Amino acid sequence: MNDMRPIERATALDDTKISAKGVNVHYGAAHALKDVSVDIGDRLVTAFIGPSGCGKSTFLRCLNRMNDTIPSARVTGRIEIDGQDIYDRRVDPVQLRAKVGMVFQKPNPFPKSIYDNVAYGPKIHGLARSRADLDVIVEKALRRAALWTEAKDRLQSPGTGLSGGQQQRLCIARAVATEPEVLLMDEPCSALDPIATAQVEELIDELRQSYSVVIVTHSMQQAARVSQRTAFFHLGNLVEYGETGQIFTNPRDPRTESYISGRIG
Amino acid sequence: MPLGWLLLLVLLIAAAGYVMGRRRALSGAGGDTRAMHSLPGAYGWNVAMAVLIPSLLLMAAWTAVAPSVIDRMVAPMVADQGDPALVMSDVRRVARGLVILDEGFDTIAAEGLRDRLASVGVAVGQDVSESTLAAAERYDILAARSSWLLTALTLAIAGGAAAWALRRTTPDLRARNEVERGIQGLLIAAALVAIATTIGIVLALIFNTIKFFQLYPATDFFFGLTWSPSFGGGSELGILPLIWGTLYISFISLLVAVPLGLLSAVYLSEYASHRVRAWAKPMLEVLAGIPSIVYGLFALLTVGPALLAVFGDGGLGWMDGGTAVMTAGLVMGIMLIPFVSSLSDDIINAVPQAMRDGSLGLGATPSETIRQVVLPAALPGIAGAVLLAASRSIGETMIVVLGAGAAAKLSLNPFEAMTTITAKIVSQLTGDQDFSSPEALVAFALGMTLFVVTLCLNILALWIVRRYREQYE
Ligand SMILES: Nc1ncnc2c1ncn2[C@@H]1O[C@H](COP(=O)(O)OP(=O)(O)OP(=O)(O)O)[C@@H](O)[C@H]1O
Ligand SMILES: [Mg+2]
Repeated sequence: MNDMRPIERATALDDTKISAKGVNVHYGAAHALKDVSVDIGDRLVTAFIGPSGCGKSTFLRCLNRMNDTIPSARVTGRIEIDGQDIYDRRVDPVQLRAKVGMVFQKPNPFPKSIYDNVAYGPKIHGLARSRADLDVIVEKALRRAALWTEAKDRLQSPGTGLSGGQQQRLCIARAVATEPEVLLMDEPCSALDPIATAQVEELIDELRQSYSVVIVTHSMQQAARVSQRTAFFHLGNLVEYGETGQIFTNPRDPRTESYISGRIG
Repeated sequence: MPLGWLLLLVLLIAAAGYVMGRRRALSGAGGDTRAMHSLPGAYGWNVAMAVLIPSLLLMAAWTAVAPSVIDRMVAPMVADQGDPALVMSDVRRVARGLVILDEGFDTIAAEGLRDRLASVGVAVGQDVSESTLAAAERYDILAARSSWLLTALTLAIAGGAAAWALRRTTPDLRARNEVERGIQGLLIAAALVAIATTIGIVLALIFNTIKFFQLYPATDFFFGLTWSPSFGGGSELGILPLIWGTLYISFISLLVAVPLGLLSAVYLSEYASHRVRAWAKPMLEVLAGIPSIVYGLFALLTVGPALLAVFGDGGLGWMDGGTAVMTAGLVMGIMLIPFVSSLSDDIINAVPQAMRDGSLGLGATPSETIRQVVLPAALPGIAGAVLLAASRSIGETMIVVLGAGAAAKLSLNPFEAMTTITAKIVSQLTGDQDFSSPEALVAFALGMTLFVVTLCLNILALWIVRRYREQYE
């Protein structure tokens, strides 16, 4: 579990899935994100690390335009997914969010049954042709989120009745069920025990086969275990971004080094 | 001494106690507030409280009990003069009238006294007899004695309490805690007054209802299909037509208020920009503050004639007059819109933003989010709001008095005039009435029924709302 050794990873820079250039975010007068530019690769896991309040969640929410729902937030700069500017007037944020799924920092299951929570996305996007289809999708999503064994006998009981960690896995299942191309996960394991964490990490690794995954985490070990690229944020700045192995063994910026070795943050 | 002066005197003693208590505590500590347990003011308040609480309690108890004690002592003197309640009120009036006439009991004669009293504005029920006059004299003496006794006792208690509290006032006294206890007592007393009045009202309702059922059979009241009171006797007092009118009008008003109120609440809480919200929400609340009599006028003068123009003889011919179930229901619905929307708005706002984010993050549109996540989450609360609105519309009076007509009818036609429980309570009790006839007492039975129905609705609504609150807090 505590294996911090950088694993040899495929270093070839694959295709870029998301490309952000000069992104700034203001909340009212507060400048929360300062001129962030980053290329996020396809079929890779990218980890965002950094001290609390440095803007990780803020940047994550830029990638699926969830900041649109915060009246005081103002986003400038350019973010492209598959070469398409997502802040373009012609882009429908609703469509975008179906493509770029998100797991929030705090578990937020709907006040519906476990089944309906997971079936929510597939239903509104018409992904299931029949009830049986939907059953299959729900089961698959719950299995991937490592919740199936606990939930299979209580699919009709309310999702809000689950424990905190189970709720978080339910939210992961809910996001996975819509088959997004990009999955944004904001500290998905902060409420999970080591076993569930290992299962979620396994899921992330599996998702990497077909999607790109961005994960925010406060656990260096987790970042080192699951990600291929790591971005270090500090006070709204993207300080360093690169190969996970390089960031953890040979950081270029002194701030990165002190954060990783536990001196700032 | 008149009660007002006595009260003033007690307050003065309390004020003096405050000043002296404060000074005594300060001087005891050599002027050093740090050496005292509490701030100087607390010692002052402690003395003032010690004066006020017992003397005010005594005054309140005395004024509550003394009149009936005096009555009981005087009543035997006039026991042969008829109804004791009426005679005693005459005795009191004569006693008061003589003060106004400025005459002593030794010079006055019973003969012609009634007219003389009437000439100074004191109306006495029957001719003043010798024994009434004697009773009035006795009454006067007893009242004066009672007032004197009260003054003496109150002043003694106030003074004694002040002295006792001052003696206790040393810098070590935990005056702050005592004042805290006093404030707690004050709050409890205020709550008790509210509860006691409520209980009193309910008891009055119950007793009069029982009196009514002794004069009129309960089965005829609850299951009677006709409402035709006549003060000459032979009334039929069946509540069913009134219940039907009440429910019909409430139903129509909810049909108007719930959809409009709910939709405007959804707009306000989910779509409106900050600026629109800051402007529209107070507007709705102003609407909620309009007295219902104004809505009643609106029903009578605007909505009724407008409906009549369309559905009356000139139009479809369904309606005979401006007053109808429809008129009252529509206007009451308009009155309830802000009520429903403001309650629903609060409830919708209580649904956590994280819930909306979750749905939007899955690629749902705002309206899908509202329909599938926000409204289901808010539904129990909204149901509670609707029930509260229903209980308000059932209890509403002025709009139905002016808008619905006065005929108690069992009919399905919403363009016919009908009437409600509340409107009939008003009409049974207005005018000169003998309050012991079933036709007047029925008002209490109607009120009791209304009270029970709205109470049940409110309890149900509050229970639902509370259950819903628990989910998020
Ligand atoms: N809705 C908002 N309104 C105003 N300011 C906000 C809002 N959300 C975040 N901020 C501010 O933006 C900055 C970055 O916040 P953000 O949530 O992105 O931090 P974070 O890196 O995710 O922190 P954590 O690790 O604690 O989750 C913080 O200073 C925060 O106060
Ligand atoms: Mg965060």
